[in-house]
Amino acid sequence: MEKNCIIDLKSISKEYDGVKVLDNLNLYVRKNEFLTLLGPSGCGKTTTLRIIGGFEQPTEGKVIFEGKDITNVPPYKRQINTVFQKYALFPHMNVFENVAFGLNIKRLPKDEISRRVSEMLRLVNLQGFEKRSIQSLSGGQQQRVAIARALVNEPKVLLLDEPLGALDLKLRKEMQTELKNMQKRVGITFIYVTHDQEEALTMSDTVVVMDKGVIQQIGTPVDIYNEPKNAFVARFIGESNIVDGIMHEDFVVEFAGKVFKCVDKGFAKGEKIDVVIRPEDLEITTPEEGQFTGVVSSVTFKGVHYEMIVSNGKADWKIHSTIMKPVGTEIGMRVAPENIHVMKKVKER
Amino acid sequence: MKLKVLSYPYVVWIAVFIVVPLALVLLYSFTDGDLEDLNFTISNFRKFLDSKYLNVLWISVKLALESTVLTLILGYPVALIIAKEKPSKRNTMIFLFVMPMWMNFLLRTYAWLTLLGKNGVINFIIEFLGFKPLDLLYNDGAVLLGMIYNFLPFMVLPIYSVLVKIDNSLIESAEDLGANKFQIFTRIILPLSIPGIITGITMVFMPAVSTFVISRLLGGGQYMLIGNLIEQQFLWVGDWHFGSAISIIMMVFILITMAITSKFDTQKEGSGGLW
Repeated sequence: MEKNCIIDLKSISKEYDGVKVLDNLNLYVRKNEFLTLLGPSGCGKTTTLRIIGGFEQPTEGKVIFEGKDITNVPPYKRQINTVFQKYALFPHMNVFENVAFGLNIKRLPKDEISRRVSEMLRLVNLQGFEKRSIQSLSGGQQQRVAIARALVNEPKVLLLDEPLGALDLKLRKEMQTELKNMQKRVGITFIYVTHDQEEALTMSDTVVVMDKGVIQQIGTPVDIYNEPKNAFVARFIGESNIVDGIMHEDFVVEFAGKVFKCVDKGFAKGEKIDVVIRPEDLEITTPEEGQFTGVVSSVTFKGVHYEMIVSNGKADWKIHSTIMKPVGTEIGMRVAPENIHVMKKVKER
Repeated sequence: MKLKVLSYPYVVWIAVFIVVPLALVLLYSFTDGDLEDLNFTISNFRKFLDSKYLNVLWISVKLALESTVLTLILGYPVALIIAKEKPSKRNTMIFLFVMPMWMNFLLRTYAWLTLLGKNGVINFIIEFLGFKPLDLLYNDGAVLLGMIYNFLPFMVLPIYSVLVKIDNSLIESAEDLGANKFQIFTRIILPLSIPGIITGITMVFMPAVSTFVISRLLGGGQYMLIGNLIEQQFLWVGDWHFGSAISIIMMVFILITMAITSKFDTQKEGSGGLW
């Protein structure tokens, strides 16, 4: 395993009443990286986070933290802090007392506590809020208190469980940038759980896509988006056209009734595969110039681009383009070989 | 507002059964003589300042405080244990706990007579084992036991209902921030359950300080609490004026006690207390 690995999950499985929530999960987290667990609800991402935090025990497997097995170490003895989904701020304490909680438990000297708390409140842009009650804060402010309360303990790893879920869109975007900046400034490993793919792509160094308790793909946001490993990842990250295809030989694939050049190899001859093409990778041309053709069946204006559904009898193709063709027009479509992603068919589970 | 009409029966109810009687009590306490010939006086209150009456007040308050403290000590862990259980088990436990309350209060107290009496169940067992029978009935201990037994659910239920509402993520985040089980209790659970404790104290202290049935049955005919004193003035002595004065004194006393208790309730919102 790599030297700068801070957390290493080894064959983690978790069952609740005989139902497998996590199935043989292996994951290592590097120091100072921003790692996101991404997946639909019920995919096991929160359970994974709670196992790292110590709130759940894995049924099988080990949690290694800086080379030591901490599987059975209770949460309060771990150098890991958590920002909970609903912030979980203590309602009977003011902002200062909330942030100082962890330091008070450690019985640090009073002046050090107040120094570190005000430092931390400055970091999250809440200086002057010390005496305010939690109920008087807005969602975004409560969020920041929760982050400050966790970070003030100088954990080696910060776990964040969908911390922006309760905020409105504008605030969420702001907090995304702020969180990312904060992570760079403090240099702490962040493990972030979300079901929002855009959030994951924006903030992360590494994205872990999960589904049904199994890791589907681990990679950088660019890798995950451009080279999805399977149809699930492709469908979950961004929008995509997924159609059935047949691999004739290396670098040659057939779909939509036509044969295309591609950059994929290593499939069996005549193997049935999934072809994934991003809507923005389909280029609109005249019917004569197109590799294949279709008729526009709907047009939606999306701001930056138009979204058109083009039907060619076999399948509906979603196209994102700044050029608009009215409904009923026959158009041609071209796609570059490197934008055709060929994937093994996943057996439906 | 048309809906206001709906409150009229209640207004009448309050007037007839609460306001008028209270006014009468107040009137009687500041007067003497017959109904046709009432004279204003504060002699009823002055009469109470006699040491034998003050002593009754002192004993009543002491006993009520003792039973409140004991029900709190006994009730809090019970509430905590039930609140920690799984929801299905929780309801069964609360059900079992509340079930005796369906029985008449008098009957429940009478039951203790059979248990504690000279020829009662407990003494029978003690004698059977070859020991001398004990005087279990007609003393402070018996009255205290009766109060604790009768009022315990009133302490447990409000505390339980507050505890059960404490978000588990608060406990987890305290644990996450380094607090052990004991620290979680003292710094999170206990402070958050204060509204329940205040309500519990109110609901136990008020009936405990004014009871006359428990003290009459388990304390014997000579046992005198302030409730018995009032009862005696009205039913046997026939001095309604003095009886009313004692009632007013006790009411004021309870109000002051409750005002003091509510000061400890730092959480303004969501308080279940009377204030």
